[in-house]
Amino acid sequence: MSSLKVEKASTLAERESKNGLASLAVRKFLGRIGTTVFVALVLAFFAIPVLWLVFAPFDAHPSMNVKLPEFTLKNFAVLFGDSSALSSLRNSVVLAAGTMVIVLIFGSVASYALSRVRIPGREVLLYSLLLLSSIITGTAAMVPIFLLMVRLNLIDSQLGVILVLSAGMLPTVIFILKDFMDSTPKSYEESARLYGAKPLRILWDVVIPIARPGLATVSVWAVVQVWGNFLMPFILLTSPDKTPAAVIMYTFYTQGGQPNLALISAFSLVFSLPVILMYFFVSRRYGFRFHGGIKS
Amino acid sequence: MPETSSNKEDARTSVRDDAERQTRQKSTHEDEDVVGLGKRRAVAFVAPALALISVFLIFPAVWTLYLGLTNYGLTGSQALNPQFVGIDNYVSALTNPAFLNSLWLTVLFVFGSALIGQSCLGFLIAWMMMRVNKVVRGVVEFFVLLGWIIPSSVSTFLWFALLDGSSGTLNLLLHTPGTAWLLRYPMWSIIVFNTWVGTAFSMLLFSSALASVPPSQLESARSAGAGAWAQLRDVIFPHIRGHILTNTLLITLWTFNTFTPYLLTAGGPDGRSEILPVFIYKLALQNGMLGQGAAISLIMIILNLMIALVYIRLLRTKEQ
Amino acid sequence: MMHGKHLVAVGGVLTASLVLAGCGGTKAAVSNAQLNAGAKQVTLTITANAISGGKNAQEADWITKYVIPQFEAAQKKKGVDAKVTFDPNGVDDAPYKTKISLALNTGGGADVISIDGIWVGEFADAGYIKPLNTVVGKDVAAKWSGLSQINPAVQQVMTYKNQLYGIPDGTDGRVIYFNKNLFKQAGLPTDWQPQSWSDIISAAQKLKSLPGVTPLQINAGSAMGEATTMQGILPLLVGTGSPIFKNDKWQGDSAGLTSTLDLYAKIYGADKLGDLQWQQAANGRDQSFAAFAKNKLGIIIESDYLWRSVINPSNGTAPMANRDTAVGWAKIPAETAGTGVNGQNFVSMSGGSGEVLNPKTKYPQQAFELMTFMNSAAAVKARLGNTPQITARDDVNSQVLASDPLLSYIAKDVLPITIYRPSLSDYTKVSTALQNATDSVVNGTSVANAATTYQKTLEGIVGAGNVFK
Repeated sequence: MSSLKVEKASTLAERESKNGLASLAVRKFLGRIGTTVFVALVLAFFAIPVLWLVFAPFDAHPSMNVKLPEFTLKNFAVLFGDSSALSSLRNSVVLAAGTMVIVLIFGSVASYALSRVRIPGREVLLYSLLLLSSIITGTAAMVPIFLLMVRLNLIDSQLGVILVLSAGMLPTVIFILKDFMDSTPKSYEESARLYGAKPLRILWDVVIPIARPGLATVSVWAVVQVWGNFLMPFILLTSPDKTPAAVIMYTFYTQGGQPNLALISAFSLVFSLPVILMYFFVSRRYGFRFHGGIKS
Repeated sequence: MPETSSNKEDARTSVRDDAERQTRQKSTHEDEDVVGLGKRRAVAFVAPALALISVFLIFPAVWTLYLGLTNYGLTGSQALNPQFVGIDNYVSALTNPAFLNSLWLTVLFVFGSALIGQSCLGFLIAWMMMRVNKVVRGVVEFFVLLGWIIPSSVSTFLWFALLDGSSGTLNLLLHTPGTAWLLRYPMWSIIVFNTWVGTAFSMLLFSSALASVPPSQLESARSAGAGAWAQLRDVIFPHIRGHILTNTLLITLWTFNTFTPYLLTAGGPDGRSEILPVFIYKLALQNGMLGQGAAISLIMIILNLMIALVYIRLLRTKEQ
Repeated sequence: MMHGKHLVAVGGVLTASLVLAGCGGTKAAVSNAQLNAGAKQVTLTITANAISGGKNAQEADWITKYVIPQFEAAQKKKGVDAKVTFDPNGVDDAPYKTKISLALNTGGGADVISIDGIWVGEFADAGYIKPLNTVVGKDVAAKWSGLSQINPAVQQVMTYKNQLYGIPDGTDGRVIYFNKNLFKQAGLPTDWQPQSWSDIISAAQKLKSLPGVTPLQINAGSAMGEATTMQGILPLLVGTGSPIFKNDKWQGDSAGLTSTLDLYAKIYGADKLGDLQWQQAANGRDQSFAAFAKNKLGIIIESDYLWRSVINPSNGTAPMANRDTAVGWAKIPAETAGTGVNGQNFVSMSGGSGEVLNPKTKYPQQAFELMTFMNSAAAVKARLGNTPQITARDDVNSQVLASDPLLSYIAKDVLPITIYRPSLSDYTKVSTALQNATDSVVNGTSVANAATTYQKTLEGIVGAGNVFK
């Protein structure tokens, strides 16, 4: 048996040296080309659509098409002169931050418990909540949500919008975080418990630091969802000083109903920047990762 | 520990066994309450989320489902005096050719955009990124993520500019002047658009999953002479199997329920890209027929449930 | 133990849900017409689908800069401290309608609400609005001086089942526009007045010889929404003899509908007299406007909106420099002479919007005062500013429209022959069915199939017994 293995080993080595470094180099070269072509295609696919966002806001006469701009900063001047545009961005921040905080706190605590303790029916509960959440993020639940908010006196209240959006996102957040925590090794928690630490302490001092990448990813996801959400704020908020940017975006039409591309493009850029910056910040500090754990 | 065997078959099998053993070990540890939470405290931890969800999710969702049994409408006499109609809404939906068309288009959309588009492309990109240097990786990941992060109302304009018939960027690049992509190929347009938007999530998830594969096992596989495909099949897949299914389930559900394609094609022309969320939006907002909209929402949930069960069954059988 | 607790919790939520679901919205009785009539401190809200710097900005600015200051000042003189606010919106019709429906459904919402005339029926049936006589009292409503200045035909805009629900603030009319220069090039008369559909077709076929010119645009497809129904289907359909709603029944796949769909098939099918892509694209209507403004479209059926807001050389969205010399207009002919509704040779369709009062308002009398102020001659003139527009008031019209030939033409020659849409709950759904029928036909479905599908859809909406052919 072993002699057979030795023979096979030597055959392999012989083969390698026979074909020589030349064929290896060729294969490497082809691989390199393949990778470069792939990377180029991927970059093209994802970057080309964004060109409009780069050119149009600086164009004196922007159109629906990508073209080199007649450079001007006037569009931004007009935008910043419109007080409702800027305050809408502030409102978007309020909604996004509020939802993120609730979702992170409630979600991480709940997913930790669901991950570590065998509560009966937790799988069924989680999956049903996940499925149900798709109803209230759709348009069919408009009236029940509205009527509920009237009963709770939460119409035209940013808190109301935050609560509704948080509830809609919690099942997904718990699902993702639980999956994350399931693959986090428990050795640190075990040792912490041996030292007599209480569960909340362990959660705060041991688990959260390890879970930070997962939490970071979930926060970015939550903020992006809220940032672009039109329907809930539109239905639930009536005061113009509470309207978030996603709703204001739809009002940049001219008197007659044609899209005002100068304002829309400038606003799109300003509207997109905060979330892009948030991504940079999070990925630099925490890195995105879904499955934690120290590599074994 | 893998043996220093030069027999490829043996090496591959033992590496695969190791991977599976590790995955199984993880799951048997799952049920251990290592922190001593205890069931009571665990319930207390879950309670705040559950309370919020009960009031603002479960309650309106159940109410909506109840509306599906009525002919409730937002305006008209059906708003003042909604009648209980039992399963009429369901029967009329299932016999409505427009609904069935919408259902079929949604299946195509999910298959094309979620399964093939986002999952495969996301995995490919994550896989390729393991071989390039940090700078390239950073740049690629940034651009892929842009699609996911940019708000949908903005990305709609970006894709209008790309696909415009008269002087859209795509026509310029492909030298196909005058092709109105959104009108001639509406389903392809929304599938590609949705893939552009959603691939980032799969890419991130697979990146992390691939990063968690122990390099020692990859090494042993490589030294045993396994090529790229064999490494993929025997070392990587067993490790990330659970993650593949989680990812696929989430993005299937998200793609099934996404409403953004409405902003691009409004379900047209002539209903040729009218996926179910758009169908419901038109029913609810344009016609105010909320009872029917609610009934169709339930049908969608049942379909999502069936899909989820299929995925869970796949996960279970693989673990056995 | 856990199981039990879980079950009880879930059961509790379910029961509560079902019980509360049955309660629906609150639609209690209307506030007394004299409620708070003598109040010295009044707060009122106005809402409209208008927003400064965006959609209908002129109206939004008029409300915030003219109506509110003037009204508050006038109230102050009477010793009443009035605080009026404006809730702007800048969205499409459908989301706006949804938003105010939700508000009215729960007894909330502004005191004075701007709505499209065709919503009156469904809002009334839903209990969202009540007749003016009920909200402010019969004598108060009838005593308003402005009422005598509003033509009874125009009052139809805000009337449902013979009750007036609000005050119309304007109306419009549809004509068939044509480009006189292109007509000259094609050897057609510049004082064109078609007498039948075949006149339109033969003119279009002559225009086909001109290079780079689309001969004819009659709106089709569901992308253009109500614009298809109002500028396309209905002006044609009423030219075949019956309106869409007659004697409590809706028109199904009648001979008139078939003739209408046949005309669409002719224009967008083999004869290629129209641009199919415009009927499919989301912004197809805007594309047709741009083409007309660039003298690349020969004939188009549109309302005065095209003239005053789109191709208006001074502030239009697609300004046409030679509008005043190059654009001609004519009445829309019936299918042939005498086949129109009421035996008319020519037809038109009109729409309009207006304001209504919230039946749950805390200050009915003051809200009515505000609404009538907004519709007083001075206020209406202020709203128009420098852009003449057809208002609901005859006195204002005669003053403001004199300078504009097209608008005075419509006010004088078209409004007397025009028809309004039925202000019924089901109208929107019927309109969608009609749009879908043209969508199918221009995209290749046979007229017979499209008509049959329309008939079936119509029966599903209104019931088989309420359809006439």
